[in-house]
Amino acid sequence: MRSSLLFLICLIVGGAVFAAAVALGNDYYFFAGYVVLQYVVLSTAWNILGGYCGYVNFGSAAFFALGAYSTVALHRLYPLPIPLLLVFGGVVSGVVGLGTGYLTLRLRGAFFAIATLALAVVLETLIVNWDYVGGSRGAYIVRPESIGPFGNYIEYLFLIMMLLAVGAITVARVIERSRLGYGFATIRDDELAAEASGVPTLRLKLIATTMSGALMGMAGAPFPYYIGYLQPSSAFGLDYAVNSIAMPLIGGTTSWVGPLIGAILLGSLQQLATVTISSAVNLLIVGLLLVGFVIVAPNGIIGLVHKYLQRKPDDFVGRRRVGADAPGRASGRAR
Amino acid sequence: MTQLLEIDNLGKRFVGFVALDNISLAVTAGERVGLIGPNGSGKSTLVNCICGTLRNDMGSVRFAGQLLDGSSAHQHTRRGLARTFQLPRPFTSLSLLDNMRIPLLYTVAARGTDSSGHDIEARCVELLREVGLEAKAQRLPRDLTQVEMRKLELARAMAAEPKLLIADESMAGLTHSEIEDILELLVRLNERGVTIILIEHIMRAVMSFSRRLVVLVSGRKIADGPPDEVMRDPEVERAYLG
Repeated sequence: MRSSLLFLICLIVGGAVFAAAVALGNDYYFFAGYVVLQYVVLSTAWNILGGYCGYVNFGSAAFFALGAYSTVALHRLYPLPIPLLLVFGGVVSGVVGLGTGYLTLRLRGAFFAIATLALAVVLETLIVNWDYVGGSRGAYIVRPESIGPFGNYIEYLFLIMMLLAVGAITVARVIERSRLGYGFATIRDDELAAEASGVPTLRLKLIATTMSGALMGMAGAPFPYYIGYLQPSSAFGLDYAVNSIAMPLIGGTTSWVGPLIGAILLGSLQQLATVTISSAVNLLIVGLLLVGFVIVAPNGIIGLVHKYLQRKPDDFVGRRRVGADAPGRASGRAR
Repeated sequence: MTQLLEIDNLGKRFVGFVALDNISLAVTAGERVGLIGPNGSGKSTLVNCICGTLRNDMGSVRFAGQLLDGSSAHQHTRRGLARTFQLPRPFTSLSLLDNMRIPLLYTVAARGTDSSGHDIEARCVELLREVGLEAKAQRLPRDLTQVEMRKLELARAMAAEPKLLIADESMAGLTHSEIEDILELLVRLNERGVTIILIEHIMRAVMSFSRRLVVLVSGRKIADGPPDEVMRDPEVERAYLG
């Protein structure tokens, strides 16, 4: 399937979901849907570095919060339209991602993971002590009641996040089927062998950290408008770090579909638990599902489906059907 | 004759341990060089320094007239210096075909060779056919036997279209006939103009392949010359037989 076709299908599905939510006439669906879509973007972004390259990032919340606080900082100067805030948040988080990459990408495994966790702690401390963006008190962002053709501002935010999710999925899919995606896969498998095959591993890892950070920042940029009151503990919440790792792991990390499935499944379950039991059980759900999947399906739902449908799982390379759509493939060149 | 590889007074230390001590070596284009030495003599360290995996502390490495010091391993590969690993290191999540595709995409393409998708696909298949793995093109490396894994490693190095190939213990753990298979492959490659440095412990293979033998002991080069002469060298005999 061509990436442009996937983009079109995602847009149509997104449009249908939006229309259905409007038809139901209940704002709650927009609030809940926004969170699920936000996790689609976050988990897709995490998967670019964590799933494709094999570098586990525990600092997702830091990049998300950077996007959110970029919005607060700009809002205090001059309230800009959300699409511009998205771009700004993406640039700030992307630059921090690049810098983090330079500092940490010579580390591997647990050391890299700890370094990203430390980044989150350092950034949270900086924000707590930065009065301009509210510091530990937090900052209020008063969102307009409505905007343009939208009856309610949350509908607009939902649509923005929907478009961002479609964009993130398309980017992940394009990467996966490209020369860059092959390079990422070699980094995940064996960096030494990758270098020996001519793959510029450091450059590729920097591209991955920048793209991943930028998308996470973009996911965080509209958040102050969604939540209305932003404080460090909500922007740097443990939920973001845990969910952005758990969702791709549950869906399957080697394909763009995995984070999408994981985010929709886990995000919806959490929203359901929030209204039926308590939001306090959200992390419990994630923990139980993670334990279950690690035991039953270590390759996630995608791995299970491949195994079931093909009966010959060896014919699959995890991230794609062997050779299909590969760059340099005569009949299925990357689009 | 053109010197393809020129190593001049190369030195490498790991804290207090001298791994390479003033190694100088020149390899001419098209040569078949055997590099031997007991375990811990510095063979793999030398390969890692030549290939850019390790930085040398002293001396210099020139390849095809260009100074290689300070550049990354992938830049060395792009210049035409390929290697295989002592323990095969395939890309485990990629099929054999895709394993071949990586050097073609990142090395051959980076040199500016105009390759269409069809060319790359055909070249991948051709390389696998050459090492007898065409039938397993769609399989994952985990389905391969030991000798097939070694062949995959060689084929992937060949895909980078190297001028110099360093085969680091490509025959370790193989049977007599499997060793013959690998030797045949290396000879074919050399006949096409690729210079080969063979690092090996299996003396029968080294002696039949090499036209020149270099011996390392405790990080020092103790002999360099025609294999028969080198093996008669008293210092080499002492190093091997004690």
